[in-house]
Amino acid sequence: MSTHGPIATHRTATGIPTGRLAVWWLMASEIFIFGGLIMCFLLFKFNNAPGFEDASMTSTTAGAFNTFVLLTSSLTIVLAHAAAERGDTAASFRYIWFTIGGGLVFILVKTYEYSTKILHGHTLTDNIFWSFYYTATGLHALHVFGGMVIMAIISFDVRKNYNLQRVELIGIYWHFVDIVWIFLFPILYIANF
Amino acid sequence: MGQQSESIVHEAEVHEAHHEQSFLMKYIFPLDHKMIGFQYMFTGLFMAAIGGYFAYAFRMQLAFPGAEVPLYGFVDPANYNMLVTNHGTIMIFWVAMPVLIAAFGNWMIPLMIGCDDMVFPRLNRLSYQVFLVSALVLILSFFVEGGGFGGAWTSYPPLSAAAEYNLTNWGASLWLLAVALEIVAFLLGGINFITTTMNARAPGMGMMDIPIVIWMINIAVILFMSSVGPLVAGAVMLFFDQRLGTSFFMPSGGGDPLLWQHLFWFFGHPEVYVVLLPTMGIVADIITVFSRKKLFGYRTILYTAFGTGGLSFIVWAHHQFIAGIDPRMANVFVITTILISIPIAEMVFSYIATLYGGSIEFSTPMLWALSFLVSFLIGGVTGIYLGSSAMDIYFHDSYFVVAHFHYTFFPITIIGMFAAITFWFPKMFGRMLDETLNKIHFWGTIIPFNGLFLPLFLVGMAGQHRRIADYTQYPDLASPDLQGIRIFATVSLVIMLLFQFVFIYNFFNSIFKGKKAPMNPWRATTLEWTIPSPPPHGNFAEMPTVYRGPYEYSVPGHDEDYWPQHIPPKSNV
Repeated sequence: MSTHGPIATHRTATGIPTGRLAVWWLMASEIFIFGGLIMCFLLFKFNNAPGFEDASMTSTTAGAFNTFVLLTSSLTIVLAHAAAERGDTAASFRYIWFTIGGGLVFILVKTYEYSTKILHGHTLTDNIFWSFYYTATGLHALHVFGGMVIMAIISFDVRKNYNLQRVELIGIYWHFVDIVWIFLFPILYIANF
Repeated sequence: MGQQSESIVHEAEVHEAHHEQSFLMKYIFPLDHKMIGFQYMFTGLFMAAIGGYFAYAFRMQLAFPGAEVPLYGFVDPANYNMLVTNHGTIMIFWVAMPVLIAAFGNWMIPLMIGCDDMVFPRLNRLSYQVFLVSALVLILSFFVEGGGFGGAWTSYPPLSAAAEYNLTNWGASLWLLAVALEIVAFLLGGINFITTTMNARAPGMGMMDIPIVIWMINIAVILFMSSVGPLVAGAVMLFFDQRLGTSFFMPSGGGDPLLWQHLFWFFGHPEVYVVLLPTMGIVADIITVFSRKKLFGYRTILYTAFGTGGLSFIVWAHHQFIAGIDPRMANVFVITTILISIPIAEMVFSYIATLYGGSIEFSTPMLWALSFLVSFLIGGVTGIYLGSSAMDIYFHDSYFVVAHFHYTFFPITIIGMFAAITFWFPKMFGRMLDETLNKIHFWGTIIPFNGLFLPLFLVGMAGQHRRIADYTQYPDLASPDLQGIRIFATVSLVIMLLFQFVFIYNFFNSIFKGKKAPMNPWRATTLEWTIPSPPPHGNFAEMPTVYRGPYEYSVPGHDEDYWPQHIPPKSNV
């Protein structure tokens, strides 16, 4: 751990490292944001708002493939964390970049999906379903992208054996992004009731 | 315990990191929690001046419809709506939150829990910078084509969602953007506050040794975090409706405008407690110091605060009784709404019990604290009427509602702010405020405050609707017999605003020319009073250890009538 910064940063009255504690609180606030969005979607769906039958038009295959990619990238970030704990910074660096690769594949598939849908005329303003589809997956993709950028920054520190605890912190975040997708995938791709 | 000794060794290493900083780094881009607290406070006070100016303009219009308002100009209906909307928005988001939570949270959390700074100083600075940008965006929204947003601080769609309805194309979007940025600033700052309180407490300070005000700020932050999420999602949706043509809240495209009301009030009602609890904490600290007694029922107050927080999540629909919700659903919300008065009343009773039998000293902070209890009581009791759906159908959107929530928000925001400023001024600036001017300012504020809002209860009970700029245009609503009351209220407001200049003079004069403040002018027990006024960079020359709770006043068998938290017990010496 670095030795600069205030004394406060280095205290742990709870026994939980400060960085981890802060990330958990960040996740808590994110849960309410995505939770609110998903709740709105479900309210519309259960009220049989017009346009929700369009859920059958989303590509379940692409969604399932992306689920697989994202879950695998969650595994690699755990491996990166385990390697960092062991002190094997080279392996940790490698696994972080595997994870970034996973995120990249996810976004490419997403781009393909978006362009296909837009070519079929299902734009953001088509109906409420598509508005939700683009808002929810777009907000999620933004989180994926943000995570990739942060991971890239962290990876070079890790290679210099510096701030290794940050691998765990970005890992928590990446799992959260994963979990949000686990909620979005069934309601936007599978459920068609 | 092993952990503690480890952290002490560590602290010796990091202590050398403090060094002299350039002017730019010290005052413009500071990392020190005290300077960031000042930035929040002065920005908040500046915004309060704008909010007060707006109130002056629209109250003058109500008292003298159609006349040119001195120092403002003519107020047309669109302008009137813009003024009331932004008065509300500013007072909640840019005054109550930054001053009560951010400024005093930043100042007092590290000082009262005995550490040198917040745990994430750079996150803290970022939080203020985002907040400053949000304030600038809001101010910018007043000057764009079409003027500032006028759809009320609740911003109900479809009015707020379509430019052809609200006629403020960019004003509405900039308003929404400013609110969203402000929320982001407080989420960032809030994470910092909670983490600091959880992790950076001085050795020996258990959960039940934390001063109530710090507890309250933290509970408020948690309430804010868990209530604002859905509104963030809603704000994104509303922004898309405004700018990209979606119809989340537009019935024309299959959307649901009621959904916004739910999202807004799911945040909006806990928000009342987000700003109330810090003031409750400030008042608790002040009344124990000035009645020289231990706080009555520390744990009870804490549990009632948790109870209030929990209940505040299930009362939101009492704002929507006439919005078309199911009457059976309204019954549920009537019950929860009336229930929430129980923990709050319990808290107030604890404060009164603290006062009972104490050696009360009527210093200015104490006067503010006591006036808070009385005024907030009126706000709370009138809230019970509005919480009952049967009465709310009559009172809704009348001046009774305006009077009610000003009897809650004025004590919370303005009285709470003055209580805290007069109490901690010696610590923050190292000088004493002039006590005579302080008292003149207190009476000059509190009497006109009642003169302003008590009459509005009468106007409201007479059925006066609250969102009308000029009653002379509506013969059915004009009720000329009420005009005298409206003028009385406006004159009270002007008197109250004029008395604020006494405070401004006293504030700035005392910063530079006031009597030098001792380390502990109020003979208080908490840790911020154990260090020089104003505290140096790094706060504590030697990091304190805590031996007892925060409110040990008049302890039997102890020589002095207060027993600071950091003094070791005699048997240990």
